[in-house]
Amino acid sequence: MRWWERDPWLELAQVYLRNPFRTFLSSLGVGWGLFMILITVGASNGLEEGVKSDMGNRVKNSAFLWTQRTTMPYKGYPKGRYFNLNTADVTFLEENATSLEAVAPRNQLGGWRGGNNVTHGLKTAACGVYGDVPVYKDIDPIVMTEGRYINQRDLDERRKVAVIGKRARQLLFDRDEEAVGSHIQIQGVTFTVAGVYRSQQTGEDAEESENNIFTPYTTFNHAFHMGDEVGWLSLLIREDVHGDTAMAEVLRLLKAQKSIHPDDDRAFGNWSMAEMHEEMSTVFGAFRWVSFVFGGLALFAGVIGIMNIMLITIKERTQELGVRRALGATPAVIVIQIMVETLTLTVFAGLIGGVLGVFALEALDTYLAASESNGIFRHPHVTLDVLVTALTTMTLLGAFAGILPALRALRVQPVEALRS
Amino acid sequence: MIDLRGITKSYSTGSQTLQVLKGVDLAVGSGELVAIMGSSGSGKSTLLNILGLLDAYDGGTYKLDGKLVANLSERRAAEMRRELLGFVFQSFNLINFKTAAENVALPLYYQKVPRKERTVRSHALLERVGLLDWADHLPSQMSGGQKQRVAIARALAANPRVILADEPTGALDSKTSEDVMSLLKELNGEGMTMVVVTHESDIAAACQRTIRLRDGVVESGGYV
Repeated sequence: MRWWERDPWLELAQVYLRNPFRTFLSSLGVGWGLFMILITVGASNGLEEGVKSDMGNRVKNSAFLWTQRTTMPYKGYPKGRYFNLNTADVTFLEENATSLEAVAPRNQLGGWRGGNNVTHGLKTAACGVYGDVPVYKDIDPIVMTEGRYINQRDLDERRKVAVIGKRARQLLFDRDEEAVGSHIQIQGVTFTVAGVYRSQQTGEDAEESENNIFTPYTTFNHAFHMGDEVGWLSLLIREDVHGDTAMAEVLRLLKAQKSIHPDDDRAFGNWSMAEMHEEMSTVFGAFRWVSFVFGGLALFAGVIGIMNIMLITIKERTQELGVRRALGATPAVIVIQIMVETLTLTVFAGLIGGVLGVFALEALDTYLAASESNGIFRHPHVTLDVLVTALTTMTLLGAFAGILPALRALRVQPVEALRS
Repeated sequence: MIDLRGITKSYSTGSQTLQVLKGVDLAVGSGELVAIMGSSGSGKSTLLNILGLLDAYDGGTYKLDGKLVANLSERRAAEMRRELLGFVFQSFNLINFKTAAENVALPLYYQKVPRKERTVRSHALLERVGLLDWADHLPSQMSGGQKQRVAIARALAANPRVILADEPTGALDSKTSEDVMSLLKELNGEGMTMVVVTHESDIAAACQRTIRLRDGVVESGGYV
């Protein structure tokens, strides 16, 4: 076929327009298939984005580590021993762990479903109260809306200052009351409010985290009689080190430091954001694949539909094909003609489905953005590679669908065709 | 132009073999207008298919325009058809979604003639058969006689050496039959070799010679 010429295309148009309704119906399946692929893949992308953003802006290379009970006897210690981390371990890690960017010790009072522990004047609230170091803000970023965050001088001078969440402020202060500079009592100890923050998480998670109060770590331990005990460690892992490698190094160092059997993996508990992200990516990757496979099956069904209709038209066009053969069309010309007819119909239908799919996703995206809902579903979209894969799959399927009708067309004997 | 010696052809239907042609000998010279007659079952359709390179023969030799026709590939047969032969059929066999001009231009399309030239030539041919005003009409808008004249114009399009007509008037009334026959005779008068398969004796009478076929052999008129 001389595709750059007008005639083959005119001829295609003639063939399709002879029975426009049937052409439309038979191409519907393929269009629908591609539409489904884009919608489902787009939706799973939207879900992934929604879930991930729901985890807040907590940086991906963060990890958390706490102590549990030993499960193996070691160096004369029995198993089942409780032990604590302390400030010296933090310094030790800072000096020796090569895979860490920062080590932040944390302690906590009260918290979820705890009793009222914070007061301001006549108002009381049940807040999670934390002892923190300035670097923690790099691990779990929050947005300061008033005042400032904890700084190194707060720690050095053990200042009694507190950074409170938006919700804690609502509970403890009147709307137009100045919070920064005011005093609050945390379990009877007076702190000065230094700043107010809001969370970058969404929904309930945000509400919970905005109910927290951060105080300087040193002040906290002193005020609440924690000595040099560390509740747990928040770690910031170097970007170029894998989470597992870093955690292995930290555990090795700490086990040696705390006289714990090197194989006692249950002595410490840990949780890493990177691992979480990896798991989520795997889950959503699988999700995308399932969407793709199911959409692909829909596409396949559509292509079978086209093949079917092509086989029927071949039957109907026996006389026409016979005439073409008698007038000198070689078998190759006939095969190419039928293949091109099938392929064009498939690709055309698929492109329409694809364009509609992209538009539908775009419309949904615009709607979600406009509604400002903080749901678990956001920014549904498809990437270019998904689009390219879908179109390629469709083209290959279209070519596949053309084979059988083309062979059937070849079997049309001019003699029989002209007898009718 | 056409030279057949001892052509045989059989069809097998299941376990039975049907010997349709049992040694056909005939010759058609250049510029002749020849009728092939025979009752149904005499093998004239089979003979026409072999003449038209639409079907292969089992034994004998067939020379078309001096070239031996044997063991042709589908592709080669198609090439020879479009260079040497023009067909006119009983049921016209126009492509019903194409206009008269497009139908006439179709053989030229397969000869890879450029579009503009195709248009010029197809219109000239339609004028030759007196249907220039109908160039943009679909076959469904035409009468039988008109359709057959379009089909004749199409057969002429590729400048063939021979036109094979299979019952060209079989679907036409006697008045239009005469018109079509006089058109064919006119073309023959201009030097075109023609073979007309028919079972109507008045059509055969209009030809220069009649080859009679009976039970798979030539009964009379095989040679001048």
